Amino acid sequence: MPDDHSFLEVRDLKIHFPTDDGVVKSVDGLSFSLDRGRTLGIVGESGSGKSVTSLGVLGLHNKRNARVSGEIWLDGTELVDAPPETVRKMRGRKMAMIFQDPLSAMHPYYTVGRQIIEAYRVHNDVSKSVARKHAIDMLGRVGIPQPERRVDDYPHQFSGGMRQRAMIAMALSCDPELLIADEPTTALDVTVQAQILDLMRTLQQEFNSALIIITHDLGVVAELADDVLVMYAGQCGEYGRATTIFERPEYPYTWGLLGSMPRLDRVVAERLLPIAGAPPSLINVPSGCTFHPRCPYEPLTGGLGRTEHPELVDAGGGHLVRCHLPIAVRRRIWAEEIKPKMEGQ
Amino acid sequence: MVTFIIRRLIGAVLTLLIVSMITFGIFYLVPRWVGATAADLASRYVGRTANAEQVAAAVKALGLDKPFYVQYWSWLKAIFVGQDVNTGTAIDHCPAPCLGYSFIGRNPVWPDLLDRLPVTASLAFGAAIIWLLSGVAIGVLSALRRGSVFDRAAMGVALGGVSLPIFWTGIVCLVIFSYGLGWTAPGGTYTPIQQNPATWAYDMILPWITLALLFSAAYARLTRAGMLETMGEDYIRTARAKGLQERTVVTRHGLRAALTPIVTIFGLDVGLLLGGAVLTESTFSLPGLGKYAIDGIIASDMPKVMGVTLLAAFFVVVANLIVDVLYAVIDPRVRLS
Repeated sequence: MPDDHSFLEVRDLKIHFPTDDGVVKSVDGLSFSLDRGRTLGIVGESGSGKSVTSLGVLGLHNKRNARVSGEIWLDGTELVDAPPETVRKMRGRKMAMIFQDPLSAMHPYYTVGRQIIEAYRVHNDVSKSVARKHAIDMLGRVGIPQPERRVDDYPHQFSGGMRQRAMIAMALSCDPELLIADEPTTALDVTVQAQILDLMRTLQQEFNSALIIITHDLGVVAELADDVLVMYAGQCGEYGRATTIFERPEYPYTWGLLGSMPRLDRVVAERLLPIAGAPPSLINVPSGCTFHPRCPYEPLTGGLGRTEHPELVDAGGGHLVRCHLPIAVRRRIWAEEIKPKMEGQ
Repeated sequence: MVTFIIRRLIGAVLTLLIVSMITFGIFYLVPRWVGATAADLASRYVGRTANAEQVAAAVKALGLDKPFYVQYWSWLKAIFVGQDVNTGTAIDHCPAPCLGYSFIGRNPVWPDLLDRLPVTASLAFGAAIIWLLSGVAIGVLSALRRGSVFDRAAMGVALGGVSLPIFWTGIVCLVIFSYGLGWTAPGGTYTPIQQNPATWAYDMILPWITLALLFSAAYARLTRAGMLETMGEDYIRTARAKGLQERTVVTRHGLRAALTPIVTIFGLDVGLLLGGAVLTESTFSLPGLGKYAIDGIIASDMPKVMGVTLLAAFFVVVANLIVDVLYAVIDPRVRLS
């Protein structure tokens, strides 16, 4: 039991996949913690390891092709070394997951109701009719109209937004204390996205669960998260309070993420500021700082960025940053170069 | 649903009509185009030992001296209302459904077909159950243990099973299990199931296994491929995330989806086999439809061959119809309208 009594405590999590070409280090030493009633946003581009992390917490990696190490404490139980049966019994009941594309994430051959009933009955010894009432109740709570009729519909008969609502109803059916949403709104229309985010915020308050939102969309994070964890190449690049990270980000990659986010309040002539280059290989990780090949401020480190991998250091008030640049330099660059551009001044 | 079935039924009838035209064309028209005379053609219907008088009678009886559309019409009409057949020495009646009249045996073909059908059906359904169960089970295990010794061994055997012809495996099985070990019947006998189920199974077990070996190999490979695909689907991950037991995930979520194409092919295979498992029946001398057709070919008794051809086409069309309806039952995304 960790001395820190957070509800979810992830310590030095490593998820490696041995392949013929070498070991893919999808997650390489990740630590974070989360309490009930709070929301953590994990942000990063494709391949940064955010989805692998969430599947790792649920223990959904195949032991035959994934090597998982480190510690995951959920409400006092360690999950990485726990027997698979223990973790299975916690899945769905203690921790649940909402997936990105509800059309492919729900079984096409079973009705929505049947899939929710199944999720409920794995962990609750109740009759089918009781479970069915519960399923209808859950569908109603996530805002599906006429739930007693829609419960017998198949996923393909639902619209995209309704399907995601049904997916959320299924995830919440056993009242889980930890809810992980992996890109919950990516497959949806913008108007529906807002509804779903709103729904998730309401339900989180209602169920008082710990919520992890995994996304590449900083808008979603700004909307929901209390804490933000920016992932790069399987590691944490920056971690802290959402307010701090949106007001005063110190990791050059986070600047890039913020700069590449289209904003309506920005002057139209202002171009987006994309991050140069491509995500790094997770087999042959770049030497030194993993972000240095794409970092415009690498010359300022005096060669350190190429040779040495920076540690995750507290920049004050629990705001962790993995960067060679001195704190003063980072703050000056943000205040004098990046922020004015972002605001289009 | 009802409209769908009615529409498919109409389609099935049209298909059968076209099949009947093609069958008629192959047996009556094509030989004439390549130069056969009416007498040449008739001789194929009365056997090799027939004399000129019998041949002439057959020409008349078959209407080979009339225009082809008249011939087709009277042939088709006979199926529904029957016809009188002049055998040269007497006039015999071939009642509906008159799928042909054997001039050699001097009897309508249909009752013969009815006699033979239970043998072929026993063979087809018995083998089908064996190959479906074994093929799917092996395929699922192979997919779950992809790359393991079991997987490689099973797929190796499956490749062999698909490649080996029935007349070879059949004879090898006969030599080993019947003549060598004496465990099974030596072939050539058939006991109706209603007479003695045990003897029936004893007579059929070797043909079943021989036929099933060929098919279960194909089904194992098919199931394996299907399972590998469905087990990688997102909804399988969802099922696991719900905390379902792995057994439930595999059967209720994985196999359920992988079974769809298997059901389709299974229906067509059984339909096809009901028209006669020619090689198996010949190898084991089983008096089924396939053997009947072969006997007809050897004896130049074309009405027998035509009768079996039409009946086989009927089974394939019906199997197709059933598969189409089943598809909608299995996959709710298929709309029957």
